[in-house]
Amino acid sequence: MAKVLVVTSGKGGVGKTTSTAALGAALAQSGQKVAMIDFDVGLRNLDLIMGAERRVVYDLINVIKGDAKIEQALIRDKRVETLHLLPASQTRDKDNLTDEGVARVIEGLREKFDWIICDSPAGIERGATLAMRHADVAVVVTNPEVSSIRDSDRIIGMLDSKTLKAENGEQVEKHLLLTRYDAGRAQRGEILKVEDVLEILSIPLLAIIPESTEVLRSSNLGAPVTLGSPNSAPARAYLDAVRKLQGETLVEVQKQRGLFSKLFARRAA
Amino acid sequence: MSLFSFFKKNTTSAPVARERLQVLLAHERTIVGGGESDLVAILREEIMAVIAKHLAVPQDKVQIKMDRGASVSTLEVDIEIPAALTGLRPAA
Ligand SMILES: Nc1ncnc2c1ncn2[C@@H]1O[C@H](COP(=O)(O)OP(=O)(O)O)[C@@H](O)[C@H]1O
Ligand SMILES: [Mg+2]
Repeated sequence: MAKVLVVTSGKGGVGKTTSTAALGAALAQSGQKVAMIDFDVGLRNLDLIMGAERRVVYDLINVIKGDAKIEQALIRDKRVETLHLLPASQTRDKDNLTDEGVARVIEGLREKFDWIICDSPAGIERGATLAMRHADVAVVVTNPEVSSIRDSDRIIGMLDSKTLKAENGEQVEKHLLLTRYDAGRAQRGEILKVEDVLEILSIPLLAIIPESTEVLRSSNLGAPVTLGSPNSAPARAYLDAVRKLQGETLVEVQKQRGLFSKLFARRAA
Repeated sequence: MSLFSFFKKNTTSAPVARERLQVLLAHERTIVGGGESDLVAILREEIMAVIAKHLAVPQDKVQIKMDRGASVSTLEVDIEIPAALTGLRPAA
């Protein structure tokens, strides 16, 4: 039975799609069966980052509308055979993205995969709420920058209220992924420090992904950075994130959380 | 391209990106504008209709694979036809 993971942020351009591809590929390389779903209807990009853009025949909306079965629409990665992609529709109307349709797709995939990774669109509209709806685990992608942090805070609030887990009185397991982090700039006081971001958002840290040209290079080539440039700093950080997601250890993270949550208790509700 | 070869050391991935985008956008411009139609979608639907007309195979036993290239694109249709429908015995 799969775990459903949503990669979300509120703000656009922070690294959700990059992270979905990197985490998905790394999980699949560790032998897990992974299905990645692009929820950015109208502006799909995960296919491009995965290098599968030439192979798209069917998309998520086709499956929801019944034009295709899920098995027909999934594109299997040519490098890692347990890695699959369900592309977003590029042309069809967002209205076809229904709550019931998404539920059917997720339920169908849950039986066949170990991980379902939902790449959320930016914003807080339907695409974003449906991407998080079925999540067991959320990776909140944040840049050390004021508007990104504010939007992440908003998204954390939605994860705690608008998901199925939340409605059933349970919690979506939330992780902070700090991306595009430039340690030099943080040192010089130009951007927020890791501690600042953790203190404000008060969810456990999964990993810090450094700003790196290797990310751009990999997307040019159509490879997730964990496959295209596996020894680079961002890839190593993503691999570390995957090990934590697989439950190897969360000790360090819990320590940090304890420290900061005393200072900044999250919403009482 | 030679104009940019000065930068080549750091940007050898850019030509790949350029080529990928050219192929992709040439295709997408014809469909997103809404004017002309999506050839793959048309082929896909008509192929499915022809199959359905002659064979009672479940939809998910038909796999259509696509690979768009700069000069040549391929469309691969893989149909699992039960022996009962063809009247053939399995070879082995
Ligand atoms: N760690 C990183 N270092 C450098 N560039 C990055 C990094 N992560 C993402 N990017 C770049 O940021 C841009 C937005 O990333 P993307 O994953 O598409 O964001 P989103 O899906 O959140 O809109 C892309 O150009 C991507 O290459
Ligand atoms: Mg994206």
